[in-house]
Amino acid sequence: MKLTLSWLKEHLETEANLKTITETLTKIGLEVEGVYNPAEKLKGFITAKAENVRMHPDSDHLHVLTVNTGSEQLQVVCGAPNVKEGLVGIFAPVGTNIPCYNEVLKVGKIRGVESFGMMCSEKELCVGEDHTGIIELSQDTHLGIPAADVLQIDPVIEIAITPNRAECLGVRGVARDLAAAGLGTLKPLQIKKSEVKFESPIKVKVLCPEECPTYVGRYIKNVNNKAQTPKWMKDRLTAIGLRSISPLVDITNYINYDLARPLHVFDADKLKGDIQVRMCHNNEHFVALDEKEYDLDTLSLGICDDEGIQCLGGIMGGLSKGCSEDTKNVFLECALFKPSCIARTGRKFGIESDSRYRYERFVDPKSNILGSDYATHLILEICGGEASDVMIEGHEDAPSMSAYIRPSRMKSFVGMDISAEQIIEILNHLGFETIIEGDRIKAIAPSWRGDIECEQDLIEEVVRMIGLDEIQPISLPHDQFVKQTLHPAEQRIITVKHELASRGMYETVTWSFTSSKLAQAFHKNNQTDIVLIENPISADLDEMRPSILPNLLMGAKNNISHGYNNVSLFEVGPEFYGREPGAELTVATGIRVGLTADKDWTKTSRPFDVFDVKADALSVIAAAKGPYENPQITTDAPSYYHPGRSGTIRLGKNVLGFFGELHPSVSRAFGIKGRVMVFEVYLDNVPLPREASSKVKKKLELSAFQSVTKDLAFVVDKKVSAAAVLSAAKNADRNFITDVRVFDLYEGENLAQDKKSIAISVVFQPSEQTFTDKDIENLMNKVIVTVSKNTGGELRA
Amino acid sequence: MNDIANIEANILDKIKDCTDLKSLEDIRISVLGKKGILTENMKTLAQMEEQQRIETAKKLNILKSHIEEALGLQKNILQERALNEQLNNERIDVTLPIRPEIQGRIHPVSKIYEEVVAIFGALGFEVANGPDIEDQFHNFNALNMPLNHPARQMQDTFYINHDATVPFDMEKAYVVRTHTSGMQIRTMEKKRPPIRIIAPGRTYRSDFDATHTPMFHQVEGLVIDKTTTLAHLKGCLYDFVKAFFELDEIPVRYRPSYFPFTEPSAEMDIGCLKTKTELKIGAGNDWLEILGCGMVHPNVLKAGGIDPDEYQGFAFGVGLDRLAMLKYGIPDLRTFFESDIRWLKNYGFAPLDFSSLTGGLSNNGGQTR
Repeated sequence: MKLTLSWLKEHLETEANLKTITETLTKIGLEVEGVYNPAEKLKGFITAKAENVRMHPDSDHLHVLTVNTGSEQLQVVCGAPNVKEGLVGIFAPVGTNIPCYNEVLKVGKIRGVESFGMMCSEKELCVGEDHTGIIELSQDTHLGIPAADVLQIDPVIEIAITPNRAECLGVRGVARDLAAAGLGTLKPLQIKKSEVKFESPIKVKVLCPEECPTYVGRYIKNVNNKAQTPKWMKDRLTAIGLRSISPLVDITNYINYDLARPLHVFDADKLKGDIQVRMCHNNEHFVALDEKEYDLDTLSLGICDDEGIQCLGGIMGGLSKGCSEDTKNVFLECALFKPSCIARTGRKFGIESDSRYRYERFVDPKSNILGSDYATHLILEICGGEASDVMIEGHEDAPSMSAYIRPSRMKSFVGMDISAEQIIEILNHLGFETIIEGDRIKAIAPSWRGDIECEQDLIEEVVRMIGLDEIQPISLPHDQFVKQTLHPAEQRIITVKHELASRGMYETVTWSFTSSKLAQAFHKNNQTDIVLIENPISADLDEMRPSILPNLLMGAKNNISHGYNNVSLFEVGPEFYGREPGAELTVATGIRVGLTADKDWTKTSRPFDVFDVKADALSVIAAAKGPYENPQITTDAPSYYHPGRSGTIRLGKNVLGFFGELHPSVSRAFGIKGRVMVFEVYLDNVPLPREASSKVKKKLELSAFQSVTKDLAFVVDKKVSAAAVLSAAKNADRNFITDVRVFDLYEGENLAQDKKSIAISVVFQPSEQTFTDKDIENLMNKVIVTVSKNTGGELRA
Repeated sequence: MNDIANIEANILDKIKDCTDLKSLEDIRISVLGKKGILTENMKTLAQMEEQQRIETAKKLNILKSHIEEALGLQKNILQERALNEQLNNERIDVTLPIRPEIQGRIHPVSKIYEEVVAIFGALGFEVANGPDIEDQFHNFNALNMPLNHPARQMQDTFYINHDATVPFDMEKAYVVRTHTSGMQIRTMEKKRPPIRIIAPGRTYRSDFDATHTPMFHQVEGLVIDKTTTLAHLKGCLYDFVKAFFELDEIPVRYRPSYFPFTEPSAEMDIGCLKTKTELKIGAGNDWLEILGCGMVHPNVLKAGGIDPDEYQGFAFGVGLDRLAMLKYGIPDLRTFFESDIRWLKNYGFAPLDFSSLTGGLSNNGGQTR
């Protein structure tokens, strides 16, 4: 909402300056978003007189003159047609910044004659539209005084009006609030009733009083829409960003912004028959002023004549029966519509208008006759003509909103003592009627307030007038001791992030959206719900991501194209598997591409491989307090993984995550050439330790006897997994075998083609006495037999 | 027994002149070995008369101990010399750079989240969590924002597409939450007062420029009990911004505003200094909007199943990304979500940078490398 200072002062008698006004507006809840004061751009411009005006020797339209600033005489070349001897205007000395061009004026030489400044037009100073000639001030203007002091300069104030304060979508509402805040007095609104000259030939019938409780219509004949909109009105409309169109349109726009009162004007000669206000039929056709066609429905309200809908009530007029330059007779509508009806229709058909904006918030229900009178008066004054009688359908006497306020609540709800007297005074200033009923006050709101429903609404009025800053802050009492701020499931997300960062990965945060095209490859086998956005912000952000991977792959690709070929990125965030709340899991996903480091003299750099991301995945599970030590790894990762270089981490049926090389056809689809290693851990699937579990660490049992480590190599079929060999060896003896490690893997020469050799170190730990050679031999035999039995492996000679 | 004296002088000279451990061992063997000079001499003792034998044996023993001592000394010298030589040969260029180590980064949004949790944790708040895909009851209706409410049109909501078999219905469709305020309702549904929670999370609105992205992060705060007032709201949020910006004093002001789910509602500004090149929080004559807040609307309490005649409290919402931009001087919100390693390395935080009130909120992780 924009308004100008002079417009505000049309309603508010005040001595306050611009700064006080804007500060007060913000303080009372009408947040000032910007102030545009043209005076600020007029530094250096002064009044001056044109003397000794003569023709330029080398031009038939330029003049050379002596500019008298009161203290100096300067030679200036001027091209304005209205320059004349003795004219007093605004002079721009050399060095001033011309607002219209935003350029600093220099000494000029025009066709051989030097010019030491410039006489300015309104447009050049950005104080008006006139650019046909230079500004002419009255002859008695003092010379050499600042331009800002003599020009009619009207600062523009832009205010953010919250949805509850619809009455402040009119300048008068803003003035009223300022007056209540003690910044002057509200001038009475003096609207002349125009004489009734005839009976309206067009009658009105409202068939839907629920949606249209009041309709005021008036016929005005013999108007001249070719008349000029008065300068004061045009200037104000221009200042707030509205284009002057024709007097009739300008008048309705002006009243809309002056009183927050929407109006509509029909060309009466185009209307056929009487006006009927009714709900539309399904698929009833309507072409609006925006030249778009709408097929309406039974919940939309139409203003109709015999030929159908001519105006979508309270939202937008029709194209065919609007006013034009040649309009002679008009029908003026000033009505009230139900906000929810306007909101629904506007939303359903996507029509935005100043009228809809006001109606769907709140329009003063007692402003219909007043608005009609005001518009009639302005039309007659500007366009001439004669007015009919006023047709009123419905009534204007709906009760105002009201609520109770208990003065005791100021202390117990606001935390500040405010007396009943003070409350009553504030409310009365705001136009409320107050009645004391025992220990509470009944406050009846003025008709223009549509936001008073409960005690808190009244408390807000009192508080904003007193000023929020007057309330003394009190810290929350430290009476609540929280055992743990973060639930363990949230705390471990933090731990996981720090764990991955400490493993050399960069945390990123990407959209929860992704491209449905790119996401296709990442739908898991059992995922049937593809969660699409109905109204995506762009076509490539149209699906709630089923996987974090597509976004990380895009990130990797972008980094590679910046020349960063080694990429380690991770994100911990949601993935979406269904359309309803809760069908999402928190996943820790990482991607590693390229080398572990740039090449360097120590030659430690190597390409990332599957065991890097396997380690990442397991470290995530460990950081999440999951079963890190004995994970089941199966080889059935989803199809976007390399079928032979990927694994699933399981806990029984529960899938904790996946790791491995991305399927090359997937990485290629993202334009990444090299091998891509990725991992995904479903944090929500990682079981949390039981809450009751003790904080006491497991007691350390140190054996007094030396452990023995023995190496064994087994030849097994290639398809036998290392995990099978390890598990067999480990289970060979549960009492004495404390650790088994793979220390070598061999395939190739000396072995059959379908065989490989896995060499393991087995650690035997005696508990009661040192092993004898025989003990060790027995244990080793147990290992050999178990491994052989479970995996078919033979001890390698 | 000149012999013995001669032998001693001779052998000690040899030992002293010896330059390597091998020759020293040879000398030891030639003197003390089974066939060494001294051993041979010892063997002659048996044939001597008692008096002579005692004297000779004494001299030989002294000789032996002198030689052993000299051998030991020389051995030490030679060993040390050998070690020095070895060490000298092992010299490397320690100015060479270290093996490459990649230090990862924590994203600014995660960091701010941890800071906010640390502060509100100390103020007795718990962290609550809810779904990103939300129903319209929790996102709008229960927050005193019925279908035709103008405030509902002001949030550019993303809607989730229905099942393809049913025509899309904007009034019933699930949405991706436009704010974390729905967590007020979800919390009240689960928990009875007293309530002190914050609910951080991803939020979504269809908007895209330097300060708006279709996804961003908010933290919702909610305090419900029988005694919390607007004055407490001011105290709590003042305590928060002071702790967050790590300042002893910070100018703040509250402007009345409007949110359907709070009444009275306000926006909080903090004092700052804006120049063309920098933004300094806590000084200067400019104001910067930082959060929205208010006393929970009785309709919201009712929707959450709490009696507004008995309980009251406040709620607030603050943008995590915005806090990160302000505190750490990050200029463009869009860059938060671009995964650009150069950006992450510059604006990200060290892996060991944990936030706590005891150790200071920020920069606890040492230098980033």
